[in-house]
Amino acid sequence: MNDVKNTHPVYTIKDFNLWYGETQALKNISLEIPEKQVTAIIGPSGCGKSTFIKTLNRMVELIPSVKMEGSIHYKNEDIFKPNAKVESLRTEVGMVFQKPNPFPKSIYDNIAYGPRIHGIKDKKTLDEVVEKSLKGAALWEEVKDRLNENAFGLSGGQQQRLCIARAMAVEPEVILMDEPTSALDPLSTAKVEELIHELKNDYSIIIVTHNMQQAARISDKTAFFLNGEVIEFDATEKMYSNPHDKRTDDYISGKFG
Amino acid sequence: MEETVQHFKKRSPKRKQERFGKTISLVATIFIVSIVFSILFFVASRGLRTFTEHGVSAIDFFAGTAWRPGEVSDAGEPLVGAFPMIAGSFLVTIFSALLATPFALGAAIFMTEISPKTGKKYLQPVIELLVGIPSVVYGFIGLTVIVPFIRQIFGGTGFGVLAATLVLFVMILPTTTSMAVDTLNAVPRYYREASFAMGATRWQTIYKVVLRAASPGLLTAVIFGMARAFGEALAVQMVIGNAALVPDSLTTPASTLTSILTMNMGNTVLGTLENDVLWSLATILLFMSLFFNILTRWIGKKGAMK
Ligand SMILES: Nc1ncnc2c1ncn2[C@@H]1O[C@H](COP(=O)(O)OP(=O)(O)OP(=O)(O)O)[C@@H](O)[C@H]1O
Ligand SMILES: [Mg+2]
Repeated sequence: MNDVKNTHPVYTIKDFNLWYGETQALKNISLEIPEKQVTAIIGPSGCGKSTFIKTLNRMVELIPSVKMEGSIHYKNEDIFKPNAKVESLRTEVGMVFQKPNPFPKSIYDNIAYGPRIHGIKDKKTLDEVVEKSLKGAALWEEVKDRLNENAFGLSGGQQQRLCIARAMAVEPEVILMDEPTSALDPLSTAKVEELIHELKNDYSIIIVTHNMQQAARISDKTAFFLNGEVIEFDATEKMYSNPHDKRTDDYISGKFG
Repeated sequence: MEETVQHFKKRSPKRKQERFGKTISLVATIFIVSIVFSILFFVASRGLRTFTEHGVSAIDFFAGTAWRPGEVSDAGEPLVGAFPMIAGSFLVTIFSALLATPFALGAAIFMTEISPKTGKKYLQPVIELLVGIPSVVYGFIGLTVIVPFIRQIFGGTGFGVLAATLVLFVMILPTTTSMAVDTLNAVPRYYREASFAMGATRWQTIYKVVLRAASPGLLTAVIFGMARAFGEALAVQMVIGNAALVPDSLTTPASTLTSILTMNMGNTVLGTLENDVLWSLATILLFMSLFFNILTRWIGKKGAMK
């Protein structure tokens, strides 16, 4: 909703194709995703939104049948280069999933998980990271007195903010979110949206959403996907007021989807 | 309105079917429960005769080390100390579980986390096959391969706790492995995804997330293996040597509760002390398996609460 600044791209995607076995899920994608902004990915079900953002942190490769072609650069680094380490990419690119997925551990241990696997053992440092991340995810006030309780005791909306806090605890540059509010009630959704709005000062956010109003409310740029192709990619305001492509117009105005 | 309700209540064939089904399962349940209780009662009442009819003290039975039923000590007490067998049973159970657990865990991790394809294609069928092999076959292999092997390396007869441990290890390995595999497969995929997405390596994910989440189930798998080892009779009897002595080394003949039972049950007369002490041994076995059962249930409950 802010004016789109001309920042460096955080991701540069060129002629990217992806197949699950024989079926092609992404077709000739070329995009430049801006830094420290919110980029929304919209499109009807099955058009490849999840596939696309799972490609950005290479999680899609956990599916054995996946084949890929083309190039993706994260800050000028080819993410598929033979000696590239997926672990370091995923440390810089956090992810929040559609369904809140805390570990069956305490609230504290959930947040401390990331820092711990990256070698932080000092209790004081961990305490600080936990507090900072929970504050960053606007959850601290609600849970500060029960950090040692199991995370499953939180509400769905709280669990999702916990997952956002958990992703933030490893201090990523980018946060990928795949329909982070689709399992939440309107009030929790509003809270998460508010949070996303604040996060973009520090993070580049790429968010998949089914909800067009949500994309309009929170994003700076929007990419419209259809059948694995990017039909249109532009500043959100512009796309909503004056779409180039007829199909974008149809989708935004609710004629299909 | 009231009439129609009455009508449906009375005549609905669905309701009749449901009543029929409920009755059948109730009868079956009562039948099973009464069988279990009669067995418990029968075994325990026979087993207790050692103490009530024949006046053997519990201490002499549980802690006594001389097992020569039919003979009496200089003081005139019957020599029915069951400690050698109790010790033998616990030793082979614990040793075989200690040996089998790391292998079972390793195999299960390989089959679920490292290479599910190879696991499904080759290891799964092998393990299922191993589970189905009758214990006499394991005993026979133990007798012809393991016992001579131990004899060659350590001297002596080759029969003993070590031979029994090795045979039991091979026997419980498939049971424990397949249960561990099921447990690991039941760990939701999104735990792994959450961990990978934070830049964790595969080993970190396995160690810190998958194994932690699966720990109650894995413990249950180990205890199931132990229960099987504790209760195994034939294969153990074939390789342990069946000397009712407290084992002072792993390679001298020893015995377990089950091996003494199977050796002697045909050779005693009902109602004599020789026969009743065997029932006492059987009672211990029964209560131990009950204990293993309760333990797994308790772990399951604790795990479910987390
Ligand atoms: N693991 C998989 N194996 C095979 N095909 C898959 C797999 N995952 C997704 N696909 C296919 O790839 C296409 C894109 O799926 P994707 O999940 O990316 O869609 P999406 O836009 O996220 O849809 P939704 O809005 O329903 O989440 C679909 O046709 C889907 O059937
Ligand atoms: Mg999706």
